[in-house]
Amino acid sequence: MKLLTHNMLTSHVKGVTKGYPLLIKATEVKVNEVEFNPKFVCRMIPKLEWSALVQAADQLGHREELPGELVADYEKNEDFLKRVHRVLLEVEVIEGCLQCPESGREFPISRGIPNMLLSEDEA
Amino acid sequence: MAASGSRSCFQYLFHLAHDNLEFRLPEIKSLLALRSKPFHPCENFKEQSPFWCLDRLSEEDVCTVMARSVCAKSAFELWGHGRTHSELRTSLLKYPQEKMSPYMQKGSSYRINVYTFNKTLLFEDRIKKIDALDYLPFEGTVSLKNPQHIFCLLEDYGTDPNNIPESPNYIYFCRWIADGQRELIRSYSVKNRHFIGNTSMDAGLSFLMANHAMVKENDLVFDPFVGTGSLLVSCSHFGAYVCGTDIDYNTIHGKGRSSRKNQKWRGPDENIRANLRQYGTENMYVDVMVSDASKPVWRNAALFDAIITDPPYGIREATRRTGSHKDAAKSPDGPYAESHVPVSQAYHLSDIFIDLLNFSAHHLVLGGRLVYWLPVCRYCEEMGLRHNLYMLSTVTQILFFFFLQELDSLAHLSDPRASPYQRHNAFREKYFSGQNKRSGKDDPKTDVRFT
Repeated sequence: MKLLTHNMLTSHVKGVTKGYPLLIKATEVKVNEVEFNPKFVCRMIPKLEWSALVQAADQLGHREELPGELVADYEKNEDFLKRVHRVLLEVEVIEGCLQCPESGREFPISRGIPNMLLSEDEA
Repeated sequence: MAASGSRSCFQYLFHLAHDNLEFRLPEIKSLLALRSKPFHPCENFKEQSPFWCLDRLSEEDVCTVMARSVCAKSAFELWGHGRTHSELRTSLLKYPQEKMSPYMQKGSSYRINVYTFNKTLLFEDRIKKIDALDYLPFEGTVSLKNPQHIFCLLEDYGTDPNNIPESPNYIYFCRWIADGQRELIRSYSVKNRHFIGNTSMDAGLSFLMANHAMVKENDLVFDPFVGTGSLLVSCSHFGAYVCGTDIDYNTIHGKGRSSRKNQKWRGPDENIRANLRQYGTENMYVDVMVSDASKPVWRNAALFDAIITDPPYGIREATRRTGSHKDAAKSPDGPYAESHVPVSQAYHLSDIFIDLLNFSAHHLVLGGRLVYWLPVCRYCEEMGLRHNLYMLSTVTQILFFFFLQELDSLAHLSDPRASPYQRHNAFREKYFSGQNKRSGKDDPKTDVRFT
C-alpha cells in the first residue's frame, strides 16, 4: 500500500464518526523506485490531506523532511515535488495493518495489499 | 476571414473498422472532446458507413485522435470524392493546386493504395484504377516500399455483403495521415497476458472504454470491480495512474484456480501489478485492495478523474457484497484474521448500479466520466435515469446471442444530490429462466440520451 492510497482511505466501521486518517502499524516497509512525474504530483497535491500524509510518512520513518504546512509555489519547487513523489508513490507498506482511530478495528495489509472487508457483524 | 475560409476546405476522412459499430461514434466524439473539438460531420453522414468525412479539424487534431482510437483504422486528408469516377475527377481538379503540390513535387516519392470496402478487386483492376488517375499532376517517383507520401483511393460498395453493386456507391481520393491503434487489440490480447481470470475484459473493448472515459495522461483512474485489472491495463497505457478494488481476496492476491486451460493453479507472480509490468506501465500502478464496492472506504472527496468498470452481473461472476441475514454469525478466528472471508450476500443488480452512480457522484472530479457495462435484455428496457450524471451514450453489444451489454458513459456535471434510480430489470432472473431465447438478434439499441 502506497501512502497516496492511505491518504484517500477512511474507516467505514459502523458508528464511527471520525475514521480518518487510519493509523498505520507497519511491520515491513519497502521503497520501490517509481519514475518521477512532476505533473502528476502537482495534480495530486491539491487533492491530498496534507497533515495526514506527513503524519503517515512520519510513522513509517520516511518523512523526507516534508514541512508540516504545504509550501506555496510548489509547482516550481522540483526538490519538494521529488520528496512528495517519494512519499506518495515509492514508500510502500508490505506487511502490517491499518487501524481505525476511533474503534481500534484493524485492517490487515499483506503482500502490500490492504484488506478493507469488515466481517458481517461489523458492517 | 480569408485564412479561416481556406482552412475550412480541409476535410478529413476517417476509415473505421466495421465492428462494434455503436461504440465508434462515442469513441471518436470523446477523443475529439479531449482536444475540445466538436464532432462535425460533413453532409450525408451515415454512422453505419465505414467512411466518415469530418470538418473543422486540423491535421494535429486528427493525429491525436488516431494515436488513441481503436475504432478507426486510418485517417486521411480528403482531396476529392464523388459517386462516380468522373465526379471524383471533377472534384479532384477543383481541389486547390497549392494544397496538392507540396506532396507531389519532383524528387518526392509516393505510393497509391486502392482500398475497397465490401468488395475484393483483382490486382489488374486495382492497377487500372490507379492508371485512371493520370490526370493528377504527380511529379515524384513511385516507391512501393518506402514512400514519403501515401495516397489512397477508397471505394465504398455499401454494407450489404449479399448485394454487392457492380460499381462503387461512393469514391474518395485522399492523402494518408495516420493509422489508428487497432494493433493494440493484438499486442494486448488477453491470450498472451500474464494474469487473467474468467471475466478478463477483451483488449479492444478495454481500450474503447478508456477512450469513452476520456482517460488521459496523469489522471487517477479507479475501477471498483477490478478483477484481473484489464481496464487498468488499458488506462495505464494511455498514461493514467490506476487503482482498483475487488471483493474477491483470491483474485486480488492472484491465488486460487487458474482460468487457463492446462493449468490448474495460478503461479506465484500472477497479479495485476505483474500485468502492468508486462506492458511496461508498472510506474502507473498505485494500488489494489480487497474491498467491498458497496462500502464507503474512500474519504469523501472528488478523488478520481475517471471511474471505469465492468460490474459483475452474476452470470460468469457472482454478484455479492459483505453482510449477512443472520445476526448470530461470529467468525471463529477472531475479528481481524487476515484471511477471514466474511459471509457475503446476494447483491441485486439494480443496487450495484445505484451504488456505482452514487459513488461516482461523490468521488469523480467535475467533468470526470464514469464508464461501465450494463447488462440488459431486449424486452425490458425501462431505463429510467434521473441523476446528476448526464448520460452521454448508451451502446449495446450482443452478449451470448440474446442478451445485450450496454456500455454507458456518464459525465459528472454537477455536485452530488440524492436522486432516485429506477430499479433495474432483473437481468439475472431473465437470463437463467431462458424466457428471452426467442428474442434473437435484433437491432442493437443506440444512443439514448437523458438530460
